[in-house]
Amino acid sequence: MSRVAIMLCAALVLLAAAASAAQAQSAKPVSEDVVHEIAAQLRCVVCQNLSVADSPSEMASQMRAIIRERLAGGESPAEVQRYFVDRYGEWILLSPPRRGFNLLVWFLPLAAVAVGLLIVGALVWRWTHRGRGVRTPPTAVDPAMSERIRRELESGS
Amino acid sequence: MKRLWRWLIPLAAVPVLALLAYGFRVSPRDIPSPLVGRPAPAFALATLEGEPLSLAGHRGKVVVLNFWASWCYPACYEEAPVLERNWRGYRDRGVVVVGVDIQDKREAAVKFVGDFGLTFPIAQDLKGTVSVDFGVYGVPETFFLDRAGRIRVKHVGAVTDDVFRATVDRLLAEASSP
Repeated sequence: MSRVAIMLCAALVLLAAAASAAQAQSAKPVSEDVVHEIAAQLRCVVCQNLSVADSPSEMASQMRAIIRERLAGGESPAEVQRYFVDRYGEWILLSPPRRGFNLLVWFLPLAAVAVGLLIVGALVWRWTHRGRGVRTPPTAVDPAMSERIRRELESGS
Repeated sequence: MKRLWRWLIPLAAVPVLALLAYGFRVSPRDIPSPLVGRPAPAFALATLEGEPLSLAGHRGKVVVLNFWASWCYPACYEEAPVLERNWRGYRDRGVVVVGVDIQDKREAAVKFVGDFGLTFPIAQDLKGTVSVDFGVYGVPETFFLDRAGRIRVKHVGAVTDDVFRATVDRLLAEASSP
């Protein structure tokens, strides 16, 4: 009986050890590279046009600490980013996500460049063709007239 | 064809001008909070006197949650007397003003509270977690919560008597009618 009790105790101790090991694992080491990668995509909220990774402000350093803490708590980088978007809206993302209305931002410049190239191409085509049309003589030149022009050119100004 | 082209080029400028006209009218600081209408994130901080301060402790009241800092001059200096005055005026009617001091030094915060004689509960958010939970991007920012604990209004900049009274009166009236 006492043997069973001892074995039970041992099993409990082992279980507890395993559990604490698992807990230690859940607070996993956080790579600073990952923290930086997430921070670089977030807008620093107290400064304009700086990322959380680049800003020296206290708010940004607190936000980096929060990123680190959430990663250590086992969240994925995407979940950490979603947390900030939940709080601040998509405004906090330095590059707007490629979906819905935002696609306009990504593809309108490309479309504008394409349209511009088409217009330039059409204009160039028209110029070259019109130029050729002008240069072709409309009718044969009167031989007497061309002889007179040649003479006048040779006789000097 | 020629006539069409003559019109098309100036016409192409119209959408660009419209975009610029819209863009320059919108303040880059005016960012709508996605939190309005949602339940306020819970927090548990300690007041400057060391007493526990949480939103859960004020459930059922209209909460005016004010984020401020002692270095935030002049806006926070303008609104501190407004908050204190209205806190005194409304505290018996189921309204509580809660201050959260962010990115600040304790001594500076204590001096600020003393200078303005603030008597409503004030806590320091030393790690910035509460600020980020509420999507705060500057001071002062004030959140008005209804009795159910939902964020109803986010006010950016100094709170005036008019804003305080209009918003709180509206939330009180709404809460008393079923």
